[in-house]
Amino acid sequence: MASEQPNRRAFLKRGAALAGGLTLGGPALDGAEAAAQSAETQAQELPDYSSPELIAYGERSPFVTSVRSPVNGRPSPDDFGLVFHIGTPLQDQIGAITPSSLHYFGTTRGSFVPIIDPAEHRLMIHGMVDRELIYTMDELKRFPSVTRLHFLECAGNRSSPRHRTIVESHGMTSCAEWTGVLLRTLLEEAGVQEGGNWIIAEGIEEVKGTSSLPMAKAMDDIIVAYGMNGEPLRPQQGFPLRIIVPGFEGILSVKWLRRIKVVDQFYMTYNDYGHLSQEHHDAALGFQIGPKSVITWPSGGQQLPGTGFYEVRGLAWSGGGKVSRVEASVDGGRTWFDADIRGTPQRMAHTAFSFNWTWDGSEAVLMSRCTDEIGQIQPSREQVREFFEVPEGSPLSVPGQDNSIQPWRIERDGSVHNAVA
Amino acid sequence: MRSPSGLGTLVVPALLVVAAGPALAQSPTFGLGRTPTQEEVRAWDISIHPITGDELPPGRGTAVEGALVYRRQCARCHGAEGSQGRAPRLVKQDRPEGTHPWNLGRILPIRSPYAPTVWDYINRGMPLNREGTLTPDEVYALTALLLYWNGIIAEDAVMDQESLPQVVMPNRDAWAPLPDWKPDQPRWPGYPH
Repeated sequence: MASEQPNRRAFLKRGAALAGGLTLGGPALDGAEAAAQSAETQAQELPDYSSPELIAYGERSPFVTSVRSPVNGRPSPDDFGLVFHIGTPLQDQIGAITPSSLHYFGTTRGSFVPIIDPAEHRLMIHGMVDRELIYTMDELKRFPSVTRLHFLECAGNRSSPRHRTIVESHGMTSCAEWTGVLLRTLLEEAGVQEGGNWIIAEGIEEVKGTSSLPMAKAMDDIIVAYGMNGEPLRPQQGFPLRIIVPGFEGILSVKWLRRIKVVDQFYMTYNDYGHLSQEHHDAALGFQIGPKSVITWPSGGQQLPGTGFYEVRGLAWSGGGKVSRVEASVDGGRTWFDADIRGTPQRMAHTAFSFNWTWDGSEAVLMSRCTDEIGQIQPSREQVREFFEVPEGSPLSVPGQDNSIQPWRIERDGSVHNAVA
Repeated sequence: MRSPSGLGTLVVPALLVVAAGPALAQSPTFGLGRTPTQEEVRAWDISIHPITGDELPPGRGTAVEGALVYRRQCARCHGAEGSQGRAPRLVKQDRPEGTHPWNLGRILPIRSPYAPTVWDYINRGMPLNREGTLTPDEVYALTALLLYWNGIIAEDAVMDQESLPQVVMPNRDAWAPLPDWKPDQPRWPGYPH
């Protein structure tokens, strides 16, 4: 068995690379080469679902080949082997939960993913507290826990005309079920002192990524998480411990968490300095993520096989709470109708939506628009331009976290294109 | 350390809290974990207060000394003069007259409003793969070098616990503070989106 394992692995890797190249628009294979590879693939040993390995730990079908990819123009790994921004294939996602292996990830400055033995890992809580405390992972797991769906989204998730696919324009958001202790529980154990108005959370990776967070958020809903989608966190998601800061930009959800210090003020760490703004509105709009949605199918780079019926699908979310409404348009925003929300919306979680659509073969522009439970409405780029009085013709950078409406244009040949101007 | 009947340990202190008010609200409910030793706290606590520089360790350095450390520890990735390497640039010398520092790009020793943040980043994150190996004197010297290269301090200025927090960074007042965040509030009052 052991000697057969590498063959099966080799097959899976080759199969993934082949199919990935075809579906994700990588370098196209010519017919002969594709046929040769196909024959070679069939010659490889197929997965054996009766094998002890696959009985013990399942794998996806070799015909399912969706993969993540580096985004934002920076290679991962880079010259130094650091990984930075890896986008999730939203166009392939089924439902609201991102599979753990496909969850987007980003790191402080680019980093190596550390290998941490949970038996050796500790979390220290110190600074302006009555009792400094240090916990083992086993001790943290004894605390009362919460299990909640939350999305994460990177501040770099900004759709631009040069983006072709949804991975580039929106791939740095994902949603998972997170389990852990509320940070409030741990801070109450330690006893926050008068004047302890902020916390800093620090990871153990080589750059020791650190972010400042206001105490109001820390005492509200931050989770010190060790679980994700029913299992321990994946290493790229902070194994064995991270924080989840619901509805705030992703870099604040510090991974590989080893230390929380209660401090008197915003600490201007390297992460914080990198997200400074000059304007108050920019700072505010970049801090809590606004109402946002995107149609995932059909989306940029995909191809409709022909006219007729389609269920159009997408995801909606907001840092302000639950999604309360999703509207859609198939005529570029001239008219809107309510999309169907699938499942029960959760606070600061991706919410799946869909609507029925029959394509008649003419050019169409598909859009979606999210409203959240506190009444914030996802804006079009034109609305942002008007609000901030950015003259027509000058470039628009949506202030703060970009939550503008994403248009996808369907051409007569069924090809789907990013229609952001 | 607690009785096996978890329910009792959880419920009783909670009732006491309600009955006795804030004084007892401060006592721990679960009693898990332990108190770290002061050595453990010192070893892990690498945070530096951005304004007061409170946690800065003793030590000192100048740009002249920093240039020697830089050649040995940094130049291979960041370039001989802080700009021509594979790693992010550290200096912006070719700046048009009157350019606002914000517009010089995201270069830590220019944009950071507080000099201790520069010290902190070098100390926590550099050199790549050898983080934590620089002595405090070397970190002070490298910080001095980057501040000197970017025209913020003199070549012979001594950076230490006292002087580093006194450095007035060009971007000190050019950033907007974060909002006073509260749950269930719009992200920016008056903005409907």
